[in-house]
Amino acid sequence: MIDSLAQQTLLDPAGLGDSELSTLLGTTFGHGIDGGDCYFQFASQEGWSLEDGIVKSASFNIERGVGIRVVRGEQTGFAYSDDIAMPAMLEAARTARSIAAAGQSGRIAVASRAPSRPALYAPDNPLDSLGEQAKIDLLKEVDAAARAADPRVTQVMCSLAGVHEVVLVLNARGELTTDVRPLVRLNVQVIVEQGGRRESGTSGGGGRFGYQYFREADRAAGYAREAVRQALVNLEAREAPAGTMKVVLGPGWPGVLLHEAIGHGLEGDFNRKGTSAFSGRVGEQVAAKGITIVDDGTLEGRRGSLNVDDEGNPTQQTVLIEDGVLRGYMQDEMNARLMGTRSTGNGRRESYARLPMPRMTNTYMLGGDADPEEILASVDDGLYAVNFGGGQVDITSGKFVFSASEAYRVEKGKVTYPVKGATLIGNGPDVLTRVSMIGNDMRLDSGIGTCGKEGQGVPVGVGQPTLRIDGMTVGGTQAA
Amino acid sequence: MSTSPERVIPQDPSRQGEAQALSHSQESLQARVQRTLEAAQARGASDVQAVVSHSVGLELGVRKGEIETLEHERDQSLSLIVYFGQSKGAASTTDFSDQALIDTVEAACRIARYTEPDPYAGMPDPAFKATGWDDLDLDHPWACDVTEATELACAIEAAGFATDARIENSEGASVSSRRAIAFLGDSQGFMGGYRSTRHSLSCALVARDAAGMQRDYAYSVARHADDLDAASHIGREAAERTVRRLGGRKLSTRTCPVLFAPEMARTLIGSFTRAISGPAQYRESSFLLNAVGETVFPAWMQIEERPQTPRALGSAPFDGEGVRTRNRALIADGVLQSYTLDSYAARRLGLETTGNAGGARNVTVTPGDKDFDALLAEMGTGFLVTELIGQGVNMVTGDYSRGAAGFWVEHGELQYPVEEVTIAGNLKDMFQRMAAVGTDVDRRGNIHTGSILIESMTVAGD
Repeated sequence: MIDSLAQQTLLDPAGLGDSELSTLLGTTFGHGIDGGDCYFQFASQEGWSLEDGIVKSASFNIERGVGIRVVRGEQTGFAYSDDIAMPAMLEAARTARSIAAAGQSGRIAVASRAPSRPALYAPDNPLDSLGEQAKIDLLKEVDAAARAADPRVTQVMCSLAGVHEVVLVLNARGELTTDVRPLVRLNVQVIVEQGGRRESGTSGGGGRFGYQYFREADRAAGYAREAVRQALVNLEAREAPAGTMKVVLGPGWPGVLLHEAIGHGLEGDFNRKGTSAFSGRVGEQVAAKGITIVDDGTLEGRRGSLNVDDEGNPTQQTVLIEDGVLRGYMQDEMNARLMGTRSTGNGRRESYARLPMPRMTNTYMLGGDADPEEILASVDDGLYAVNFGGGQVDITSGKFVFSASEAYRVEKGKVTYPVKGATLIGNGPDVLTRVSMIGNDMRLDSGIGTCGKEGQGVPVGVGQPTLRIDGMTVGGTQAA
Repeated sequence: MSTSPERVIPQDPSRQGEAQALSHSQESLQARVQRTLEAAQARGASDVQAVVSHSVGLELGVRKGEIETLEHERDQSLSLIVYFGQSKGAASTTDFSDQALIDTVEAACRIARYTEPDPYAGMPDPAFKATGWDDLDLDHPWACDVTEATELACAIEAAGFATDARIENSEGASVSSRRAIAFLGDSQGFMGGYRSTRHSLSCALVARDAAGMQRDYAYSVARHADDLDAASHIGREAAERTVRRLGGRKLSTRTCPVLFAPEMARTLIGSFTRAISGPAQYRESSFLLNAVGETVFPAWMQIEERPQTPRALGSAPFDGEGVRTRNRALIADGVLQSYTLDSYAARRLGLETTGNAGGARNVTVTPGDKDFDALLAEMGTGFLVTELIGQGVNMVTGDYSRGAAGFWVEHGELQYPVEEVTIAGNLKDMFQRMAAVGTDVDRRGNIHTGSILIESMTVAGD
């Protein structure tokens, strides 16, 4: 039942069969242990980058190892090894188990878990999905498309990256789960110059598939043109306004709002510890009626999707907010157990060398019924923000920010002129109560997000329809 | 292969113990570098550079007086860059088997067959290489076992809870200790390595009042455990920083002076060092493009890079290419003296390497003559910023807009906590409008500066 690639990559080289795994489990877990896992991982990744019109550098990296985690009550013991071999693993197991009172070592039987549904992505190695020369040609096409788009383009930097990850999770109950995960990404940044003023624009996309995706539907050249368009808009941008005003957010990537404003605050660990501004608020109205937000790891091919999370549990669609009411949290096994509930398949980790935590997958708001044109037309004086950089949140106070990289002034229902990038700041538990119109144009982002928490980065997705928020603080330089 | 000087900084024998024993000897790491160089040259590489690193560490966290996490870390990696003429390839692995070494070398060589010749690619001029170096006093293993770490972390957290009754929750206190060794070698005959340690203590607490919850933290980090702050001090500081945020208000939108506390002032100087880095210059992605010789700060401002400072967290005897590092001026009397360059950026810009492969080290702002309280008095009325969130810095234009929290100040005294506002301006303008740097220097990172007062910025709120 074990995936043959996982078997060949992770177990066979060290001669690990059922008997060895059973011994490893017995040494690691047993009486008095509530959970944990042996997490085997092999990841190969590459990155190709173009600058000055030539692909002048590229890198290839291999990571292989096993992380052993023992959980007892609220305590976690953890050790890892770069060497997948019995002596090193048994040593790591004994170290990880040192948090628990010494118990009898025994043997725990290994049982493979069959996939609960069809795979969300093909296991093929994306690094092999194009030849090396074709990867270079792809980057050159992006460069050419950007330079052809406008003579004011002075610099084009683009990169192509791929990861092939093979994961095997053997948990304290002896359940064995495998997953083979592809991930690709194409990114382009341009600098434009006009009359001594320089501005930049960026664009890109990706997901869990091969590099051919970028060759389809003119995507690669499309990213190039989009980056140039954004940079040219910024050449005309005036000072951004400062103060509280109506804000219209465009669809797709602006959904980073949801990720920061409510997503992190609904992760199980913060709520178990009572340190989130949302702690103890399930059942309360935390958003305007009509707002439904989900975290969904089951979308085919999306950057934030997973067949199973890093604890071997199937991902799912979890309703976080339904018609404005807080419904639940995102959980990993430990926090679910301590809160008397079940894992929602949100236990994720950056690698075998780091501990899993409750993390988001693809987090988005369902569409409403307003026409986006009608939403803009309804604003007498405000800001229309369509592209963003990153964001950040203080989950305890609930204050969050996200930074616009393309925004416009809206006056008397019309988009009048572009303004410089500005940070928007708000309070997570009440910003969504100020949503007054929800567009019918729900869109997911193009596959560019990486979420950081306690120093661990994991790929995620976001999405939303066009939204009107009646009162957010816009951090420009022009006080009204 | 060459037989050039090979140096390892000697370890203090009195400090050698069971704790933090590295599992690879320096001889075996050096041999691995040598084998990597030979394997690449055997495959036709005209030049090659290899780095082998290894570290061990312990990280222990307690929460509410109980161990929450106990992590034993042990990392290793091999990375190399090969040149075939002007074409370059790079690869790395965490697998230390002989087969992985060969596979990694072959991966780098394969890549170099496809990458296009870059006239600026190559190794640094050997004339700039370090040939001998002083002991920078960076290796101080700490014989801290799990029992001692647990007691220490519990003492930190307990001191926090004891400070103020409004501290009602904790994200925990932690003790972390790490020891690393790295060896760099290249086909020009450079071979060098050194050991270093880094220890830290930290604590994050949560306070509540009728208006809601606030969280803040305190930490201490040093090469030598003796240089760490006392547990009681860290706990108390975390509690005081947390409690003073309770009852935060927004401000109305206004223009006013802004005083950046030292740990926030560091981020302003961080933007400066990014702007003068080689890649930012040759990619034309800097708001300080071609600015050497220009007056970037007020005439009283002096900023130095001090990579040779003993025991400092950013110190290194040589850079990521084996080029000797040296203490030097970045800003003299407000004027930009130099960029921070590795050999590639230097060739691109027609300059010489400044020993900055891997970045600028111990960037130090010369303090003025006023302490923190005197700076508050000088500001009189304005916004003291103690926290910044979000990215919000456009490195191409210098446009700056970030979320901020802190305190409203009148007559040089803190009036009330402020939250959910932004501060905005343009970095070029903010640098010119710096009015003072305090004597309250924060040395816990790679940038050492006191508080910085800026004459005027836009604060957006209600």
